[in-house]
This record gives sequence, C-alpha cells and structure tokens, in this order.
Amino acid sequence: MTASIIQNIFNALQWGSFYSLIALGYTLVYGVLLLINFAHGDIFMVGAYISFFVATFLLGGYAFGPPFGLPGWMVLGLTIPLTMILTSVVGVTLERVAYRPLRRKGANRLYVVITALMCGIILENGNLAILGASRKSYPELVDKVVYTFGSITVTNLKIGVILSSILVFAILQFIITKTKIGMAMRAISYDKFAVPLMGIPIDTIIVFTFVLGSSLAGFAGILFALSYPVLDPFMGALIGWKAFIAAVVGGIGDIRGAFLGGFLLGFVEIGVVAFFPSTYRDLIAFTILLIILCIKPTGLFGVAKTTKV
Amino acid sequence: MKKNSVPILLTALLALLTGLAYFEIIDLYIQSVIMFIGINIILASSLNIVNGYMGEFSCGHAAFMAVGAYTASIINVALFTNDKVFGPAVLSSELALYCFPFVLIISGLVAAVAGLMIAIPSFKTRGDYLAIITIAANFIVTSTIINISSIGGARGFMGMKKIVFAMEDVVDLPWMLVWVCLSTFTCIWIIRRFVSSTYGKGIIAINNDEIAAEMMGVNTNRMKLVAFMLSSGLAGVAGALFAHILGYINPGSFGILKSTECLVMVYLGGMGSLSGSVIAAIVFTLLIEGLRFIIPAIDSGLHMIAVLPDSYHLSQVWKWVIIPLVLVLLMQFKPEGIMGNRELSDIFPRLKKFYKFK
Amino acid sequence: MALLQINNMSHRFGGLCALNNFGVTLEPGDFMGLIGPNGAGKTTVFNLVSGFYQPSDGEILYKGKTLAGLKPHKVTSLGIARTFQNIRLWKDMSVLDNIRIAQHHNLGYSLLDSFMRTKRYINCEKQIKKNSIDILEALDLIKYADDLPDNLPYGIQRRVEIARALSLKPDLLMLDEPAAGLSSADVQDLITLIKWIHKEFNITIWMIEHQMVVVMSLCSIIKVIDFGATIAQGTPEQIQKNPEVIKAYLGDEAI
Repeated sequence: MTASIIQNIFNALQWGSFYSLIALGYTLVYGVLLLINFAHGDIFMVGAYISFFVATFLLGGYAFGPPFGLPGWMVLGLTIPLTMILTSVVGVTLERVAYRPLRRKGANRLYVVITALMCGIILENGNLAILGASRKSYPELVDKVVYTFGSITVTNLKIGVILSSILVFAILQFIITKTKIGMAMRAISYDKFAVPLMGIPIDTIIVFTFVLGSSLAGFAGILFALSYPVLDPFMGALIGWKAFIAAVVGGIGDIRGAFLGGFLLGFVEIGVVAFFPSTYRDLIAFTILLIILCIKPTGLFGVAKTTKV
Repeated sequence: MKKNSVPILLTALLALLTGLAYFEIIDLYIQSVIMFIGINIILASSLNIVNGYMGEFSCGHAAFMAVGAYTASIINVALFTNDKVFGPAVLSSELALYCFPFVLIISGLVAAVAGLMIAIPSFKTRGDYLAIITIAANFIVTSTIINISSIGGARGFMGMKKIVFAMEDVVDLPWMLVWVCLSTFTCIWIIRRFVSSTYGKGIIAINNDEIAAEMMGVNTNRMKLVAFMLSSGLAGVAGALFAHILGYINPGSFGILKSTECLVMVYLGGMGSLSGSVIAAIVFTLLIEGLRFIIPAIDSGLHMIAVLPDSYHLSQVWKWVIIPLVLVLLMQFKPEGIMGNRELSDIFPRLKKFYKFK
Repeated sequence: MALLQINNMSHRFGGLCALNNFGVTLEPGDFMGLIGPNGAGKTTVFNLVSGFYQPSDGEILYKGKTLAGLKPHKVTSLGIARTFQNIRLWKDMSVLDNIRIAQHHNLGYSLLDSFMRTKRYINCEKQIKKNSIDILEALDLIKYADDLPDNLPYGIQRRVEIARALSLKPDLLMLDEPAAGLSSADVQDLITLIKWIHKEFNITIWMIEHQMVVVMSLCSIIKVIDFGATIAQGTPEQIQKNPEVIKAYLGDEAI
C-alpha cells in the first residue's frame, strides 16, 4: 500500500514537472504581455520534434550528419542547449511575425489571443502535413537504470526529470528576482507605460520573455520525449491546455503559482487514476480545478485587482 | 414595404432553397454546405452575445452545442425509434415531424441550463479566469459524455437519420434544410431584438464599465445570467440540428477545436456585430468547403511546374494549415474583424431605406 | 424623517481604517458638501452608501430602512443616484443610449416581451425614450444625443453623467467631484446647473468637491473629514473659520 503510494507520488512528480515547465512559459508571457499564448503547448511539441531531429543528427542518423555516432551522454548534453536555442527561435519568430504587428496596431487583446490559437493550429497541422502521420520514435539517449528500494522501483530518468525541473525553476526564480532584466519583466506586469519611460526597451524584454518561455517548453519537450519516446503532432495540444489551466489555478502571472499549479495538476491526475477508471481522469481533474477557481477566483497565488471608483 | 422587406426576403429565400432541393437542382452536398452555413451562423452569432456584446472570453461554446445535440438526439431516438438501449418507440414515428420544433426548444433549454455552469462563476470572475472556467467546462462536458456508456461513450451516438427519414415519410420535403433555415432566421431575429432593446443593451453597458452599470441600476448578475443562458441555449439548438444533419455524433466533435472555430468566426466578423458574425460564418464555411477542391488543384499545379517532388502530395491536412494562415493574415490587415462593431446598415447607410430590421 | 441617516459607520480595508465612526443626517431638500484632503475617505463614504462596499460597522438608513446587504443596483432603484470622480460613461453607446440604460431597473417589460416586441414592450420603450429626451432637453444636451461620449468635451461629459444620474429619478443625488478637471468658465456653468437641478427637481444633493468656490456657493451645510474621522460640520461661514479645518488642509504651521 505505502509502496504504491510512493510509486504514485513519483509518477505525480514526473507529470507535475512537465506541466510545471509548460505552465511557467504561459505565465511568463502572460505576466509581461497579458497575452494567453495559446500556441505554447504546440511550441512544446515543436521542442520535442526539434530535439528528435537534433539527437538523430548527432547520433549519425542522417547522411549529411557526422559520419560517426557520438555516445549517448554527449548527445544529450548537446541536444539540450541546441533544442532550447532552436525552440526559442520558433517562439520569438511567432512573436515577431504574428503578435507584435497586432500589438503595434493596437488591436483588441483578444485578437492577439485568437492569432495565438491559429498559430498553434498551424504548427500542429503543418507538422502533420509535412512530416506525415507516422509517429516518430525517439532514440534512447540514456541507459535506463532502475533503482529498487524494497518494492518501489524508480528509474533514473524519472528522478532526472523531477530534479531538473526543480533546478530550472530555481534558475528562473533567480533570473526573475535578482537580475536587472528579470526585475524589468516584473515591472512591466505592473505598469506597461512607465517602464519604457524609465529607459528600459520594452521590445527587448518581450523577446527575452519569449526566449525564456519557449526554451523552457523545449526543455520540457526533451524530458517528455525521453520519458515517453513516441512523438505525434498533437501531443502538445492537450498537455498545453492542461498546463495553462494549471498556471491559472496557481495564479497566472506568478511563476511560483505556475510551478505549484503544475505539480498540483500532476497529483490530482495521478490521484484520480489511482482510485477511478482512467477515463475519469480529465473529468474529475477539471472539476476539481473548476471548484478551486470558483472558491478562489484569482488562483492560489494571484492577487485580486482592486478597482477604484 | 420597408417594414416587411426582410421577412419577405427571408421567406422567399426559404422557399427558393426548399424548391431547389426538392427538385434536386442542388445536390445533397450543396444542401449540406448550406445547412452548415446556417449552423455556423447560429453558433457565431450566439457566441457573439457573450464574447462580442458582453466582452467576456468564453472558449467553451462547443460544450453547449454538445449538450443540445445529445439532448435532442436522445429524446428523438428514445421516443420515435426502436433502439437497443432505449427500447421500442413510445410514439408513432409520424409524430416526429410535428414534435421536432419542440425537441429543438427543449434541447435549447437544457443547453441554457448547462450554461449556468459558466454563468454562475461569472458573477465573481472576469476575463482570463473566466476563460479558463469555460475551457474547463468544455472538457468536463465532453469527458462526462465519454463516461456515460449508455449513450455510446466515446464511440458516439447514432440513429438520428431514422428521424429524418421519418419526417420525410410524412411530407416529402428536405426537412433538415427547412429546420436549419427557420432556426437560423429565428436566432438572428432573437439576438437582434435582444441587443437593440434597452434591456439587452445592459450587457453592452457591462462590457463598457461593469461598475458603472451596476451603480446605474443594471442588475449585472441577472444580465450575465441572461446573456450566458441565451448564448448557450442557441448553441444547443445549433447542436441539435447538427446531430440530425450528420446522423451521428461523438464527443470528439464537440472538443476545443469546435469551440475554436466558433471563436474564430466571432472575431473574424467583429466583436459586437451581428451582420459581421453572419458574414464570417458564411465566409468561414465556404473557405473550409472550397479548400476541399482548391487543394488538389494547387497540388496538381505545383506538380506541373515541378516544385513538389513526385512522391509528395498535398493532402487535405493542408486545409488546417491554410485556414488559420488566412485568418492570421486577415487579422493583421483588419485587426478589428470584418465589420468591427458596426452593422451592415452603419457601413452602407443607404440600405436603411430598403429595410428595417428589428 | 431624515432622508439619509448614517450612524457610527466604519470601514476597514484589511488593517487600514478608511473611515471611522462616521455619522451624518440628510433631511429632504438639503444640499450638503463633503470635503477633506486627498485620501480622507470621502469617496469611500459614497461607495458605502451606494452599496459598492459594505460597512464593517454601523448602519445606513435610507427613508428609515437599512441599506445593509443591498447590491448597488438595488440601492440605486430605491432612489440614490451618483456620479463618479473619473467619468464612467459607457463609451460604445450614444449619449441617448447612456441615458436610456440608466432606466434599466424600471423597464416594465420582460425578456420575452423584447423578443416578441409586444405592445407592452413598445409602450415602455416609447416612455423610456421620452424620459431620456426630456432629461437631455432639460440639461441642454439634446444636440449631443447621437454622439459617442468620447467625442465630447470634458465639461459636456460631466453634464451627461449628471443627466444619467438624474434619469434614475433619484431622491438623493451624490456628486463625486463634479468640477474636477473643468475650466473656470465651465465651473461657473456647472454651479448654475447644479443650483437649478436642486431647485427644479426638488432633490437632496450630497457633493464631494475640492474647489472651494463650488462648495461655498452651493452647499448649505458642509462636513469635513480627514483620515476617516469627522473633524467639523457647519455652515460655509463656520467651516471657513474653523481652526481644525485649516489645520487639516494647511498643516499645523498655518495657525
């Protein structure tokens, strides 16, 4: 009994890590631009695909690549930064091509949101149309090691996922609270008009935000692909929506909220599956989130905005 | 004349369409396109009440469509057909025709009650937080349906074609086309009358300044309730029609993607413009259907000039790349939608001479 | 019976005491001013009376009945109307529509009537339109009836807001800094207008204002508050001489 509980806690932490990393990207962009970047789940998907191609390339899977395959650990070490860079290029491109012109024209915020939704659909179906419907199976980069403690079994991968997501959060928290650009990001979320007047270039900060958010999604993509090595173009859609809901439950705009919200969702889902048939997972998980939002409408960490009359 | 021009025009349109379909001048495919245009008009204009006029951001419209679709299908199948789950027919299948309008109304009412699921949270919550509640509501409705095995669960529900055939047995007319047209006209009429009355303009006041609205005597909670319930009720009617046209529904057809389509039509047409929603629904449906033919044409064209390798063919998947791309471009050029918040008669004031639409 | 009576009303935002032990009595036909330095809690008083906040302590009696627990639209329908410090007109609607919607609490028809366009609907809408036009004509705003509020000069927007409040047919009109942001010529017009409204509509007016010329020429009683506490009440002459008031506005050294 305890063994299965601990086993489930590990599973919940693992799924929570994926949700958290994606939710962080949502919340960063929302905090700065008040934009729900609905394409973010698909950026996660793009990240997973990019890491697939990068890893296959480095392993010598392509004719134009290095003729000899590098060892797995070295490939992983190179794949992570390369994927993060390439994914953030995708994210920033979306910002430059689709969102920024609309923002410049002073379009209603919701039109930018719809554009983001459309971009997500383009990424999904563009991928499907170009790469075809066959699923890609991810190369095994890390030798699986299974640790057994009594009746509990944990893979090194699972521990790696959990630890690295916590590490990433710690780094992000440092960037947001201690560095100058991080403080500028928080300042924008308070007052969009005063920040440029203080001599801080607003576009630089927005690009930086998208770089951070997208590279996190790319990182989540690698971790996900390592754990569940089958990729398909729509893998980001549902996870993305769920991570977004997690971000809001945590209190969107606050990175601690997004991080905890992600883990909360992980625990709720694994908890539901432990007691109910797995088809009930979404139903019960979403109902719980709905109830949380009804009781605390601004999320766990969100602060209610007061309106002055 | 001016007062009656719109009803006369619409009656003529209905008669024309029915006649064309009856004498098989337009084939079943064109009929179904026309019916989908009607359904999309209902969906877009009803979502416009909440997202356009009231300025909220509801992204779960398909949930209410699902409620309406399942309600109508279950009632009809249970009452008028012999079904494995619901047993033998309770009423003679000839009555299906006369009962159909009532079934539509009931499914609208049930969907309106389901709308309470987002209307009640909206008293306390606004904006993006409410958007989440609507997304969650969408997931909750679809996964509830998946978990009820007696109505087919994820496999879906069918048997509605029998109802359509039963109606055609009584009087040989393209009945679904008639019902879709009548419902579409009624829907536009209701919304137009609602938003042009002082009562309905309360929701525009909520959009502009909710605090001022409340302090100037508008019962904002009641207005939100009315707006959400009206919007979801009409979506329910659209769902009921949708189910009977296809003859088969499954929870997957009412997911976030369907809700996204509704959102796209509203924002494409313009927030708070009824004629915008109508135009956007027509454009959007025609775009989807048109691409069915355009993509193969592009494909053969590209092969002719040898841009594409022989092994690769443009499939229909490209439809869902091209449509969002077109919409993204449209929004870049017209960031307030086709109509903004104006109506047709605001853009062409001369039209006012010919019709009065209230 | 007093029109409005407030006893021992206090309001706290978290730990901050915005209003402490506030009491006031308004008789029908009174014209009272509420003044005090910035942040004194004046608008809080109005927000409490109009139901936007609920007082932490004390009671508000309107025509002898308590307003506790009533939502703002309910309070408004009882006959208390107000304007706002920063103009809050509905910007997407014409001036006429702004006035029409302010009669929302008293439409006389239901949702179904509006779908069916029944006789009742038509009659009620006619009446609403007539009321609105009457108000606009009375306040000399009829020429702006079809304009959007944003396109109007600031002074006119203020007037429209007062017209909107009046169309609620209130017994008590609360004006929150009606002269804020107006030029001196506009201020003179406003004084004339408010004086005329007070007489013509025979209503009780309670006004927050910073410009002393407005307060002194309109109010018959003035109440001064600072840091949430009442420091003086009296006629304009008494207030002008009151050392506490001078201290609150100008500081200790002024005396």
